[in-house]
Amino acid sequence: MPSSTSLKQPLSGASQKRLDLLVSLAGLLAMLVSMVVLLLLLAGLVVDGGPYLSWKFFTSYPSRFPEAAGILPAWVGTLLVMTVTAVAAIPLGIAAAVHLEEYAPKNWLTDLIEINMANLAGVPSIVYGLLALSLFVYQLRLGQSILTAGLTLALLILPIVVMTTREALRAVPQSIREAAFALGATKWQTIRHHALPAATGGILTGLILALSRAIGESAPLMTIGALSFIAFLPHEPWRPDFPFVSFEWLLDPFTVMPIQMFNWVSRPQEAFHMKAAGAGLVLMAMTLAMNGLAIYLRARHRKRIQW
Amino acid sequence: MRLLGASKRRIHERGIELGLLLAALASVAITLGIVGVLAYESLGFFRQVSLIEFLTDSQWTPLFSEAHYGILPLVSGTLVTTVVALLVAVPLGTVAAGYLSEYAPRPVRETVKPVLELLSAVPTVVFGYFALLFVTPLLQRVWPDLPGFNMLSAGLVIGVMIIPYVSSVSEDAMRAVPMLIREGSYAMGGSRFQTAVRVVVPSSLPGIAAAYVLAVSRAIGETMVVAIAAGMQPTLTFNPLEPAATLTAYIVQVSLGDLPYGSLGYQTIFAAGLVLLIMTLVFNIAGHFLRRRFQHAF
Repeated sequence: MPSSTSLKQPLSGASQKRLDLLVSLAGLLAMLVSMVVLLLLLAGLVVDGGPYLSWKFFTSYPSRFPEAAGILPAWVGTLLVMTVTAVAAIPLGIAAAVHLEEYAPKNWLTDLIEINMANLAGVPSIVYGLLALSLFVYQLRLGQSILTAGLTLALLILPIVVMTTREALRAVPQSIREAAFALGATKWQTIRHHALPAATGGILTGLILALSRAIGESAPLMTIGALSFIAFLPHEPWRPDFPFVSFEWLLDPFTVMPIQMFNWVSRPQEAFHMKAAGAGLVLMAMTLAMNGLAIYLRARHRKRIQW
Repeated sequence: MRLLGASKRRIHERGIELGLLLAALASVAITLGIVGVLAYESLGFFRQVSLIEFLTDSQWTPLFSEAHYGILPLVSGTLVTTVVALLVAVPLGTVAAGYLSEYAPRPVRETVKPVLELLSAVPTVVFGYFALLFVTPLLQRVWPDLPGFNMLSAGLVIGVMIIPYVSSVSEDAMRAVPMLIREGSYAMGGSRFQTAVRVVVPSSLPGIAAAYVLAVSRAIGETMVVAIAAGMQPTLTFNPLEPAATLTAYIVQVSLGDLPYGSLGYQTIFAAGLVLLIMTLVFNIAGHFLRRRFQHAF
């Protein structure tokens, strides 16, 4: 190891400066690799898929003929699945976070929940798909439906929602809670009217990041048997007669953006690869927009609230 | 705000407390569900296939007429892609973390971190596309014999994908080393580089190790990149230039077909899932303890 000599012997000021410069360069280079890859990835998608982004691409069904194929069922499916995921994961996650952060006593049960939560965050996403395949699809007979998919992704992002909500709650200073208690508020009133509203910015940021993670997930949905060739739309969520909303779509088969993209990538024809790039571009735009929004919200929140 | 009587209010508060506790317990239910489902379905599998065959047979062809049920080819595929990924992510992630923690001026750090976070937000299927249609053709210019599906390009791309995990966790670990310790080194005449390599890195070693371990578990569980770019034939090989299937890719491959519920073929994906879960769990628990030890250090 040539550097071992330089570690033991004192260096002259000039060569020390040179070494520092070298290390800085190596560090920058290491980070540059990731950024170059990100740029290449985006550039590749834009070059291959950009020309296909047209109104027709968004309003057509998939097809055996690459020139006619579009992503209509895919983006509608993504929207509907995300709705189910949000409705299921957000209340449950926030409630669990409030319990752990505000109520949980220091005992074995709390320890168990905490360790368990950390482990869940590390379980590969495809394992959630296996759980859903056996439990939701076959035991509960929900089928390979939008409902199953939404619930599966909700389980997947639950640890993220809990983690980020807890961080947001932790950032609310204790003095806010003490002021509410001093005015005679109960514990729940304090949380509901003071701690949670004060933490809204942080919670929102976390929720958006969690949903942006779910939007790109395909492995667990492929495991439950999501079809990739869907040439129809789910039932409409409204109807003309009372009660005007319909939930039939929950049990409809579906496809989502990443699965559509996988389907096109895995075909041999080059024309479909271009379509895959188009779908990838739309998908990237969705996730980047969500992440950008989260970064913006976080920055704005930090600036506005100074305790 | 509603005002309730004292006893009513107490019931109200208790009710909410109970509801919140139940929500927190949902996570335990999920874990029990995962373990229960994998154990139950795998049990059906192991009733028909002996554990010894499962662990020693060198072929995995459960859907062929002459079926073999040896998990080793899938494990070898998983290990090869993981090792390739680590060879990329560990050096790059560690150097980046060291630079960000010890050298980078504040503005650089503030701009670089969100970009690295963005990298971890890219959908994995997009990385798969990148590996198959960009990295592989690039590598084929160097090795013209490289097959269109290979573990090398999948591993390389997974490596880039997990750089943010390695760098952010190890940077946190390095930055947690108190300034006093660095100042001690400077007072003894240590240079910046000496301080970084001989003082900061050794004192944050458990944290850095935790970062590596978590990255391993991440790479083992990665699915879409290998399913798209590494091919899906289970082959017992340790050569990254060959195509092979990983545990995750096999599960995807079977899911693409339509296997009847309860058949042996259906149960094989749960057996593969169980092996996958055990492998990641070992690394996750190790990472958890390393991190905890490190948090207690200062």
